[in-house]
Amino acid sequence: MFSVLQFPGSNDDRDMEFALKTVLDSPARLVWHGDAELPANTRAVLLPGGFSYGDYLRAGAMARFSPVMAAVKRFADAGGPVLGTCNGFQILCESGLLPGVLRRNRDLHFISAWSHLRVERATAPFTSRSQVGDVLRIPIKHGEGAYHLGASELAELEANGQVAFRYCDPDGTVSAAANPNGTEANIAGITNRAGNVIGLMPHPEHAVEAGLGGDDGLRILGSLVDAVGDAR
Amino acid sequence: MKALIHVTLKPDVLDPQGEAIRKACGTLGYTGVGSVRQGKLFEVELEASSESEARALVSELCEKLLANPVIEDYRVERIEG
Repeated sequence: MFSVLQFPGSNDDRDMEFALKTVLDSPARLVWHGDAELPANTRAVLLPGGFSYGDYLRAGAMARFSPVMAAVKRFADAGGPVLGTCNGFQILCESGLLPGVLRRNRDLHFISAWSHLRVERATAPFTSRSQVGDVLRIPIKHGEGAYHLGASELAELEANGQVAFRYCDPDGTVSAAANPNGTEANIAGITNRAGNVIGLMPHPEHAVEAGLGGDDGLRILGSLVDAVGDAR
Repeated sequence: MKALIHVTLKPDVLDPQGEAIRKACGTLGYTGVGSVRQGKLFEVELEASSESEARALVSELCEKLLANPVIEDYRVERIEG
């Protein structure tokens, strides 16, 4: 079972459920933020995008106090796969499950656009359907998506190979022009040290069918389905 | 007691909002405005038996919630009452 969390203000929860259930034919259910436990058969946890708690104080800052987050932390500490997109990434950072923080976009604009991502890490459970250097075309939509981490911690993150995706040109070149929001080192997504928790600003769940403009999101969500196996 | 707490971005963190405000100052003709940094001010009413107890409580609040230590600093401006 894929457990898709639902916070007050989440708005990509049903898209994520659709991608998993309808497109990838995997069992998924929405889990309310007030639940103290994850469903017993949870094999992976997904934190969707949106504006949990209206982004009060800082994006993601309030959601970390939701009862379900203590259960998510236990699940992640035990090695369970956890994927957060957009606001989900912000929540994972505020919760301390991932290092760093997402700050306001460099030009202050809310950005809604297709982006190209260079795969920097091609490993289970999130990116096994790609090779390092592959370019994925996946949309972004955020106002606070510039990843930030102190210089020494950032060097450590890079040395550990925790950067999963970087914004790039369509040909895969990681350039300043391809950086949409002023994020450090073009970072679009990172994992924790162990590699079982990932956060990314782009939305794989919005790129799961040709009719939506592309299905490169399945390279990420499909990897998770591969890793989890028959989750029923 | 009442505490006044400033939360600001660390000096080395880019503040695009402050920068936009600085440019607006220039547009208004205030060419002497060199830099603007935007922050938050919290007014917190709390129960504490002494100022030192209040300060300890406020510091804890700042570190756990009001500021994100990755990019923000906090300063307790005043505790009164």
